[in-house]
Amino acid sequence: MFVHKVVVPVAAMVIFLLFWEALVWAMGWPNYKMASPSDLWPAYVKYADLFVINSWQTLWRTVAGLGLAIIFGTLLGMVMGFSRIMREALYPLLVGFNAVPKATVVPIVALMFVGAHDFNTVLIAFMISFFPIAVSVSIGLSTLEPEYRDILAALGASKVTIFWKIALPKTLPEFFGALKVSVTLAFIGTNLMEIVSPHGRGLGALFDSGKTNSDYPLMFAVLIALAALGILLYYVVIALEKALAGWAVRD
Amino acid sequence: MSDAPLIDIKNVTHTFQTKSGPLQVLDDLNISVREGGFCAVVGPSGCGKSTLTRLVAGLLKPDEGEVWLHGERVKSPRSTVGMAFQNPVLLEWRTILQNVMLPMEIVPTKTTKKQQEERARYLLALVGLEGFEDKRPSELSGGMRQRASLCRSLVHQPDVLILDEPFGALDAFTREDLWQTMHKVKEKEPFTGLLITHDLRESIFLADQVVVLSGRPARAQYVLDVPMDGPRDLEHLYTHEAAEMLTILRHQIEIAQGRAPVGSPAEPA
Repeated sequence: MFVHKVVVPVAAMVIFLLFWEALVWAMGWPNYKMASPSDLWPAYVKYADLFVINSWQTLWRTVAGLGLAIIFGTLLGMVMGFSRIMREALYPLLVGFNAVPKATVVPIVALMFVGAHDFNTVLIAFMISFFPIAVSVSIGLSTLEPEYRDILAALGASKVTIFWKIALPKTLPEFFGALKVSVTLAFIGTNLMEIVSPHGRGLGALFDSGKTNSDYPLMFAVLIALAALGILLYYVVIALEKALAGWAVRD
Repeated sequence: MSDAPLIDIKNVTHTFQTKSGPLQVLDDLNISVREGGFCAVVGPSGCGKSTLTRLVAGLLKPDEGEVWLHGERVKSPRSTVGMAFQNPVLLEWRTILQNVMLPMEIVPTKTTKKQQEERARYLLALVGLEGFEDKRPSELSGGMRQRASLCRSLVHQPDVLILDEPFGALDAFTREDLWQTMHKVKEKEPFTGLLITHDLRESIFLADQVVVLSGRPARAQYVLDVPMDGPRDLEHLYTHEAAEMLTILRHQIEIAQGRAPVGSPAEPA
């Protein structure tokens, strides 16, 4: 168990870093073209406090946006899952909204709520990540086999009872599948706003300052820090999934 | 009271609105089942048998006619009914015991949690699932899942049990096992049964009355009284009487399917 869960992934990561280092060394790339892992370490040491502060900024705003996306996405999914009319009415709107590249929405939002940096960032993280959740919850609910409803409906159970006892738990595996996608999307949203909005907070801002100062190792170090945060949050979702929907996993 | 039928389906007509226009499934259907009786309904596929179960359970309202259960007109679902389907619909996130106890979370009872658990365990033991209480549904075979589903439909002590092809998806041996289990259960936990099936042998083995439905729209085309009461052995299916009943029923199904003329004599198989 320990070998599978820890040793294998860590070994894969070490091999990847060694391969990266070797590739940069073999190709003789200068670090403005491609920094190697050994270049990143000095960047982390030099800007350790900035990394801690800005990682926290990015993390809490991503989690806040994701939290909103979970609440709003689940509610929207419920509305669309239970009502066919609402589903037919909202799907085109939702798909259209999702098709708009969020990078183009960022400057609009930044202007609309000028100065409200935290709010803007959370808003973009939310906007980019609620779609998969809404779709998966609505599909999970609308494809519930009628017999599942009938076993409780035949006893006179209310719709709310059927939702809590059957529909909601049965949708959890789909919900977590979507949440894994949304976690990564939320990070993209947060960083889009951090890079564009001139408030100098978050890993996005740190990346931007690396660009301004031609500090290429710093830029790569930010990317790796983002990847690390992404992995961290992803595993939080996995742990939640295991606790709440572990029954769906067959060993 | 005792003379009045416990399940009484009176002149029921029902039509579905489909994309290709109205589809009448039931036409002036009459079926009555006495208290403690067990009625099997057979008929060509797609003739509206499942609609019938949903009407009796109060999940659907008939366009015309009335459904009565123990002297009261059915207008909405009631907790005195138990239901089991071809798909055992066990909840994967619950153990077998928790699945069986589900109805008691809906139906108001005066019993304590402990008594409810004892009742669920008793029923599981009755159908031969002792020792599987804490297993997940995915760990059980199809026949075992159907047994658990049967326990769930009986746990809140309903007086009417509606079975919609519960053994249809099982292999022949498992099915025969479950037929015998049904007799055992009915002896210990008396109920009035309405069984939808497409298996004629099953109908005469379990029921005391077999109703043959005509093709769509379905009406009661023929009613056969099975002159056997209470539990029976599988050997009963190989007697001369059983062969005669099966011949009659098979012939009635052929009429319902439009493959034999109405009123033609039943030829021995």
